[in-house]
Amino acid sequence: MNWTAIWSIYRFEMARFFRTLFQSFLSPVLSTSLYFVVFGAAIGSRIDQVDGIDYGAFIVPGLIMLSVMTQSISNASFGIYFPKFIGTIYELLSAPVNFLEIVLGYVGAAATKALFIGVVILGTSTLFVDITIAHPFAMVLFLVLTCLSFALMGFIIGIWAKNFEQLQLVPLLIVTPLVFLGGSFYSISMLPPIWQKITLFNPVVYLISGFRWSFFGASDVPVATSLMAIGFFTALCLAVIWWIFKTGWRIRS
Amino acid sequence: MAAILSISDLRKSYEGGFEALKGVSLDIDEGEILALLGPNGAGKTTLISTVCGIITPTSGSVKVGGHCILEDFRAARSLIGLVPQEINLEPFEKVINSVRFSRGLFGKPRNEPLIEEILRKLSLWDKRNSQIKELSGGMKRRVLIAKALAHEPRVLFLDEPTAGVDVELRKDMWDVVQELKDGGVTIILTTHYIEEAEAIADRVGVIADGQILLVKDKDDLMAQLGQKQLCVHLSAPIAEVPVGLAAHNLELNEPGDALIYTYDTKAERTGITALLNDVAAAGLVLADVSTRQSSLEDIFVGLVSGESS
Repeated sequence: MNWTAIWSIYRFEMARFFRTLFQSFLSPVLSTSLYFVVFGAAIGSRIDQVDGIDYGAFIVPGLIMLSVMTQSISNASFGIYFPKFIGTIYELLSAPVNFLEIVLGYVGAAATKALFIGVVILGTSTLFVDITIAHPFAMVLFLVLTCLSFALMGFIIGIWAKNFEQLQLVPLLIVTPLVFLGGSFYSISMLPPIWQKITLFNPVVYLISGFRWSFFGASDVPVATSLMAIGFFTALCLAVIWWIFKTGWRIRS
Repeated sequence: MAAILSISDLRKSYEGGFEALKGVSLDIDEGEILALLGPNGAGKTTLISTVCGIITPTSGSVKVGGHCILEDFRAARSLIGLVPQEINLEPFEKVINSVRFSRGLFGKPRNEPLIEEILRKLSLWDKRNSQIKELSGGMKRRVLIAKALAHEPRVLFLDEPTAGVDVELRKDMWDVVQELKDGGVTIILTTHYIEEAEAIADRVGVIADGQILLVKDKDDLMAQLGQKQLCVHLSAPIAEVPVGLAAHNLELNEPGDALIYTYDTKAERTGITALLNDVAAAGLVLADVSTRQSSLEDIFVGLVSGESS
């Protein structure tokens, strides 16, 4: 294992993040505040409680997940697409590194950035609502696993994309709807019975449910199912990436 | 000397059937400078990219320092530095960080004195904290070289290192290459410029249409390239070369209105003065005089047509 190479890639990617630290910090703070103003105060004041939890607090795990998932994908997809776009990928391909090392470097950095943003949102939330975390370790575990698995997915999108439009396509057309319809802002029990069944095909439901459980001790689906879902998703992404590097699909002619 | 790079029957076909490399075999000795000359689309970059691991070969084998580039890719690639033809650099990164990154990527521990030495040698030390986008084209090319040298390669590929570079920088680049050679690095460079090969190479390989047409000692090839023709156009056609000019080994062209004299530009005496004196003595009246040098292009055409016949 070429640990020096992994660390070099990680640091190089994180340097990009630190160059724009202010934007990286400000945008999640601003968007979270807006969500709290709109959903928490304006609409939330008319909703009493969901599953016995104040609506303002109820949406916090969903808000964090919403940002963490989209940020993981966009960071990782951009991270690997950019070298492809400007041509610096030649260096990665000609270096004595294997696919796992490249993935660990890029995905690790993308996941770290998303994790940072998740923590910032959690911090901002405490300015608006009282939050207690019932299972802190589980909370961290869900957060880290979500960052990692979605960064892996972003990495795949970054390799797949042939232009900047495609880079936006999957997050916009698939991920955002799945996240919004995955119970970020509502409990599945609030849906009509038929939609409660259909929504179980949305993988994001399991992640948000598990994450919310770590805050409030209550979940839409069993926690073990949530963990299995995220584990399966991570394994699937890893398998796809392994195949990409084995065949050189869209990176090595 | 032992071959540090051994390429044997290397082939690369792309989807759609285009064959970029048609069975290239080439041995490169440790410590030599080989210049690969060839027209655009000859397969120079494909060959380099395949050896470096950017392109997967269709068949054939490549060994670097005895290590197969596919089965033992870590050991093979660790020995290789690549300076690509295109200026591919992360525009927002600082010069020194970009060079450090390259060293780390090859698994080498940090070595700041070495990085400083490389940057100083390439006149980049003053610019080490500049963002790469602020540098001129020539400077960016030096950054590419610094990155390739950062992990102390034993084989260095320079893909058209002086394309679009001004004369002064080109000379600097040649000095750097010579210093690297003195340090024991094997260098393979591709170029369009015959004078570049002449200035620094030990051997010259000519590649066209995915095949190596020849690999020759530089001096032999230069002698071939050094041939020049002087064409003496006459005001009135003649039937044969006058007796007084027999010693000059002249050819008479088809209409009989020009005498063609082939000479070696490298020779101490070209014999032009004596020829022109004898032409005047023979009573011939000159209409015009022109010279023509066989270009690299001519050699390519000659080689390719020779190959197919």
